[in-house]
Amino acid sequence: MQVTINGQQREVLDGMTLVQMVDSLGLIGMPMVAEVNGEIVPREAWGTFVLPSGARIELVRFVGGG
Amino acid sequence: MSQPWTPPLLPDAAFEASSQAVDRALSRAFPRLMDVAALLSPEASRRLEDLAAVAAAQTLRHFGRSRLLFTPLYVANFCQNHCRYCGYAAHVAMPRLRLSLEEVAAEGERIAATGLRHLLLLTGEAPQRAGVDYILDCIRLLAPRFPGLALEVFALTEADYARAAQAGATALTLYQETYVPSVYRAMHPAGPKANYRFRLEAPARAAAAGLPSVTLGVLLGFSPWRQDVLALVAHAWHLLERFPGLEVGVSLPRLRPHAGGFAAPYPVADRDFVHAIVALRLALPMAGITLSTREAPRLRDGLVRLAATKLSAGVRTSVGSVAGSEQFAICDTRSVAEMAAMLRQQGLQPVFKDWQPLGEAREQAA
Amino acid sequence: MEREDVWELGGRTLTSRLFLGTGKLGDESCLPAVCAAAGAEVITVALRRVDLQAPDQGVLAHIPDGMILLPNTSGARTADEAVRLARLARAMGCGHWVKIEIIRDARYLLPDNEATVRATEILAREGFVVLPYMSPDLYAARSLVDAGAAAVMPLGAPIGSNRGLATRELIAILLEEISAVPIIVDAGLGRPSHAAEAMEMGAAACLVNTAIATAEDPVAMARAFALGVAGGRLAYLAGMPAVRQQASASSPLTGFLEGL
Repeated sequence: MQVTINGQQREVLDGMTLVQMVDSLGLIGMPMVAEVNGEIVPREAWGTFVLPSGARIELVRFVGGG
Repeated sequence: MSQPWTPPLLPDAAFEASSQAVDRALSRAFPRLMDVAALLSPEASRRLEDLAAVAAAQTLRHFGRSRLLFTPLYVANFCQNHCRYCGYAAHVAMPRLRLSLEEVAAEGERIAATGLRHLLLLTGEAPQRAGVDYILDCIRLLAPRFPGLALEVFALTEADYARAAQAGATALTLYQETYVPSVYRAMHPAGPKANYRFRLEAPARAAAAGLPSVTLGVLLGFSPWRQDVLALVAHAWHLLERFPGLEVGVSLPRLRPHAGGFAAPYPVADRDFVHAIVALRLALPMAGITLSTREAPRLRDGLVRLAATKLSAGVRTSVGSVAGSEQFAICDTRSVAEMAAMLRQQGLQPVFKDWQPLGEAREQAA
Repeated sequence: MEREDVWELGGRTLTSRLFLGTGKLGDESCLPAVCAAAGAEVITVALRRVDLQAPDQGVLAHIPDGMILLPNTSGARTADEAVRLARLARAMGCGHWVKIEIIRDARYLLPDNEATVRATEILAREGFVVLPYMSPDLYAARSLVDAGAAAVMPLGAPIGSNRGLATRELIAILLEEISAVPIIVDAGLGRPSHAAEAMEMGAAACLVNTAIATAEDPVAMARAFALGVAGGRLAYLAGMPAVRQQASASSPLTGFLEGL
């Protein structure tokens, strides 16, 4: 199925959880927050959160800023 | 307003200030309460010339060189109050009068002939003899002639202030006399004026009713002057904050000998009086400061350079032109023309008409 | 004899009055040294998308432990966007402080005070410690205080302009009139003397980013700003002697008293 991650279209397996997706991107262990379709998904729920088809996913982290 | 406003009454010790504190207060565009206390301190008194320089600069900045002239008109001296210091008090034996409306009109013409267009209308407090309806009649009669028409009568209700504004009054002059409740009680033992809070809140009622200008004041000589002057400043600040756009003026009449023969328990010396007026200018840079004919010509001539912006001229404190009915003795007996000449000589411009209100009642009257 | 000069913000007791921004640093690995030189306790960060092509740890890896993190909402153009960014920042699990920054103008980067008030109201209700970046306007500052802001952060000059206290007169009015919350001067302070000036006027703290981050030696500049802030603060506490109005009347103004 298709999802959009940080504005980029990606093809992922049906039934993929959020944590599996983050892992597939090589991002496990990095401090970040995930938002799916405008809702924040708490980190402890990533393992059970199944991505819906067409999900818009935002992964954000802190960068330098004033 | 959730909490009724109460004047701050600082103890004597609060008026002790260092020279640095005076400097700091002098440098502020808008002093705070403790700055004003510093400006009233004995140290500030030693620095009176410094205060005067800043006050003169502030006055020039906010008022330019124009000074307003006005005159009072006493229309009645019946009074139920027993103010211990007043020549019109109920217990003082003197002729009691109330001008007929024809006489009021004639007095208005006489005053208008001097060129003045600002009038202060005064009565005692005797609702049965010269009540609100009579005062409103006087206002309607005088308003077409006097675009600046201030009331100095007993404290009214908000509804009555609204009627006065509707009739053509443009300002309220109402002195609390003293902000110290115990002193107030002692000086006003009986009569409606004994109600401290009703009087305290009258200027706010007048502002709420739509009068665009109020002048507050304390009568100096009842008690140590610093406390009352500070409370006066706080009262003016309170009104300015509560009614943006309201013109707030102040005045510091000093107790004068009068028909009742009351001696001030705390007479205020000339130097302290000048100090107080100058401090008012610093605390209230944009406030009109009225100086009455209770003061000597030389003192008035000096203070008009430093701080005072409104001066009475051609004054009688009698009801109309009736001799023997004076409220208090005046010290500056100069006529309107003489006062105008004095101002011009000092490079100041006498103003007889400050403004023309654009109210509905006015347009009809005019 | 010197008492410790501490202050309160968002339920925390602070000793430092220099907040540090972390943008525009060429090399974020110098941050620990910069923080130490600044003596900073509060440090700002921004939120951005993870770069999927070249993921990194982000700035957190370089920020010393124990510092209070102040995420900003830079990038937000509306109150709703600022609220969303603030919630994302809180989900990072690094505290609940937020600097609201809502900008709809690309040239001057001036904050939208009206939208900032709306966002402040929402986020304060949600329990955030809200530090709104604002144009120094008295009414807006009062509205921010009423909306629950923990401080107000007026700009000294446009972000990154290094022009100092261009808004000096307006900030002076805020310092005079706003007493319920601390006032922290943010943006535009280009030199330590600018920060000192803000502190002399009575600001509670300064937030500095560009001037330190873009200095040839950020660590030395952080130290210089720390000294400027401390010097200005000390002068404020010392009660600076007033500028004397020149009283040079040729004859005494109160001379009329003599003849009475």
